[in-house]
Amino acid sequence: MPIKHPNLHLEPMNGAIPAWHGEIADSDLLPICQNVRDGGGRLVALWGSDEHAQGNGFALHVVLVNETGLVCLSMALPAEQPSHPDISQIFPAANRMQRTVYDLLGIYAHEGHDHRKWLRHAAWRSGSFPLRKDFDAAQSRSDDSDSYPFVQVEGQGVHEIPVGPVHAGVIEPGHFRFSIVGEKVLRLEQRFGYTHKGIEKRFESLSLQQGAKLAGRVSGDSSVAYAWAYAMAAESIANVTPPDRALWLRALLLERERVANHLGDLGYLGNDVALSFGFVQFGILKEQLLRNNAALFGHRYLMDRIIPGGVTADLSAEGKRVIEAELAMLEREVRLLRGIYDEHAGVQDRFIGAGRVEPKLAAQLGLCGLAGRASAQAWDTRVQFPCAPYDKLDVQMATYRNGDVAARVIVRFDELFESLRLQREILVNLVQGDGLAIPLAKLPANGLGIGMVEGWRGEVMVAIHTDARGNLTRVHPHDPSWQNWPALEHAALGNIVPDFPLINKSFNLSYSGHDL
Amino acid sequence: MDNPEQILAILFQLTQLMLVVLLAPLLTGWVNQCQAWLQNRSGAGILQPYRVLHKLFLKDAVMAYNASWLFNVTPYIVFGCMWLAAAIIPIIAVDLPFSQAADVIALVGVFALARVFIALAAMDIGTSFGTMGARREMLVSFLAEPALLMVLFTSSMISHSTQLPRIVEALAHHEFVLYPSLAFAALAFLIVLLAENARIPVDNPGTHLELTMIHEAMILEYSARHLALIEWASSLKLFAYISIGIALFFPHGIVEVGNWAGLPLAIFLLLLKLLTAGAGLAVLESLMAKMRIFRAPEFLGTAFLLAVLGLLIHFLLGA
Repeated sequence: MPIKHPNLHLEPMNGAIPAWHGEIADSDLLPICQNVRDGGGRLVALWGSDEHAQGNGFALHVVLVNETGLVCLSMALPAEQPSHPDISQIFPAANRMQRTVYDLLGIYAHEGHDHRKWLRHAAWRSGSFPLRKDFDAAQSRSDDSDSYPFVQVEGQGVHEIPVGPVHAGVIEPGHFRFSIVGEKVLRLEQRFGYTHKGIEKRFESLSLQQGAKLAGRVSGDSSVAYAWAYAMAAESIANVTPPDRALWLRALLLERERVANHLGDLGYLGNDVALSFGFVQFGILKEQLLRNNAALFGHRYLMDRIIPGGVTADLSAEGKRVIEAELAMLEREVRLLRGIYDEHAGVQDRFIGAGRVEPKLAAQLGLCGLAGRASAQAWDTRVQFPCAPYDKLDVQMATYRNGDVAARVIVRFDELFESLRLQREILVNLVQGDGLAIPLAKLPANGLGIGMVEGWRGEVMVAIHTDARGNLTRVHPHDPSWQNWPALEHAALGNIVPDFPLINKSFNLSYSGHDL
Repeated sequence: MDNPEQILAILFQLTQLMLVVLLAPLLTGWVNQCQAWLQNRSGAGILQPYRVLHKLFLKDAVMAYNASWLFNVTPYIVFGCMWLAAAIIPIIAVDLPFSQAADVIALVGVFALARVFIALAAMDIGTSFGTMGARREMLVSFLAEPALLMVLFTSSMISHSTQLPRIVEALAHHEFVLYPSLAFAALAFLIVLLAENARIPVDNPGTHLELTMIHEAMILEYSARHLALIEWASSLKLFAYISIGIALFFPHGIVEVGNWAGLPLAIFLLLLKLLTAGAGLAVLESLMAKMRIFRAPEFLGTAFLLAVLGLLIHFLLGA
């Protein structure tokens, strides 16, 4: 039992990851959150749902994690004026999630101090809520101007630089408001939501199989992680376990996704300090890996290879040899390139000390994933809650204390080599099984399932609710970027403006996965 | 105008003017191509800058609503300044008519004039990036300019003249001597060249990250023909700087006005020197990372120090 509280009755959930579910009352939310926080736990995700079909008003769901596993708390809320206690004082990362729940569902955090909109721009009217079942998109068009009250910094010589959402290069849209004096950053405030596509609303009208495709497109760079988390959630409701070979293949795909992204990021980090040599070399390696993906699995970014119940792609003996040769090549080349990065005085001068997040601050903000591990936050789902086949792989977690750009580069290199090792182990252990998937046509009624997978960026979580007929009624994909974007605001403080793109790239957070 | 020597001089001047304006983008293309080769890329080819210019001249210009005449005329002024600078420098021959009109101090002034306009135009449209770029450009240039002047003074000491043709003559047409003072000056000049032409490690001409830009931030709002002129002017500036370097440190092979027979060899040698310099620049840029902006003062301070050392050595050794 992960948390002890007199009013809390937890039921263990099925599935690959240790998780419990419990219904709580309004007044118990804060003490339970405080309890988890004091025990070193973190907030994973927070979302709301419209429960009118079940005869209730709304519900708020909070997922917390501590060293024993996940705890999903559900809180029934009234149909009129639904509200819940503000938990952002305990978990700062909750601030934006709560504001999003209001923008999408009209569920309000009472006693909260920050009620600004978050994901809503001018696409729908204030006071209409897209994730409510009675939402009418045609009636909710808005002509409002998209104003947002940024926090003003005043003082001698202080001025603002607004950056984005349209940038000088072709990159994802986000707005960054810098308050600076000279070149020094006094405050950075982010504004997102420019890539809000209504993914959660779309899930409601999809079948289980169609949902898997959409889940794999929440954030294109984490396609495998999302598809696996979605499948894990569905399998948790249906209480099925995919064939062994499918699980091994999933792990292989996830590690290949991690290697591809780490290669890309290491190249871009070189590019951001104008070392185009590194950019191009890592780019070549990444491209070779993606081409192998296309040749062996049929998709460069491995989309739609994981489905609820198993996988759709197999690996032949010939494919195994291709991957073995590729792994040996990557091991050799990346070691060479790491030597170049490590010994390049100009590169190290830019990396070391830039964008530092101290471990203490990281713990306070609930920093997770790769960026968290670079600031001594030792959380890795593959290590703490190893689902099959990771329970047989003994993953070595890469952590570092410095929390600067250099630390995030080191963690990337270490994880890359570990990923190459894991792929080799997976190839050795890849059992010949009977079939690649257990067909999963429909889910049981009124179910709730949670899947969590350590993607390359951090923990990717997907929660699925089914209705009385077993259809998807609410799917909530959660990206680790929710936790880490606010930390970037802190990481930039005291740095100079021209270092920000490098710091930003060292986190490389998702816009699409965050804006949904 | 009836003096045949004058007509000949003007013909040489015109040849240089046309040669420079047409060759400058080729040099930029060559540097980019060398970088591509050094990075295992196939590259866009050395003719790419011409294609870019062609594309930009075909496009319709977009102007900011609040841009004043200053923003509008700046590309022409900058292009004019760079072309004039390239006309003053003895590139294919010494004793060109234009170079009599201005000495090295005026040359530095011409570069400064272009910079003042481009910085003012950047602030004119009132975006934060323009102002940021202008501010950084001034930080870099107020340190680079004195270093450049010191380099030029060192060479002037040797030739007892601030006229570029005299300097080149003194260095090129006397017997070959190694001047230790010039070695220091050449190193200082190299640093100034990198900084003034927005090259790595001071600036990154290839970046798309608006927050890190210096030169590119100033010209973010320019489009079409205005941008084409500024890009062309940047190529001309790089060409001019490398030509100054050649004139001061490797002038051997340059001809006098009127020496038609020697001209083909002079142009061949010039091209060889430009190719070598461009390849060298590409190697330097591929090896270095961009430094933090507040390191730029130290970097340019080093240039100034080296130039002063060159001057001192000239006084001490008389060479």
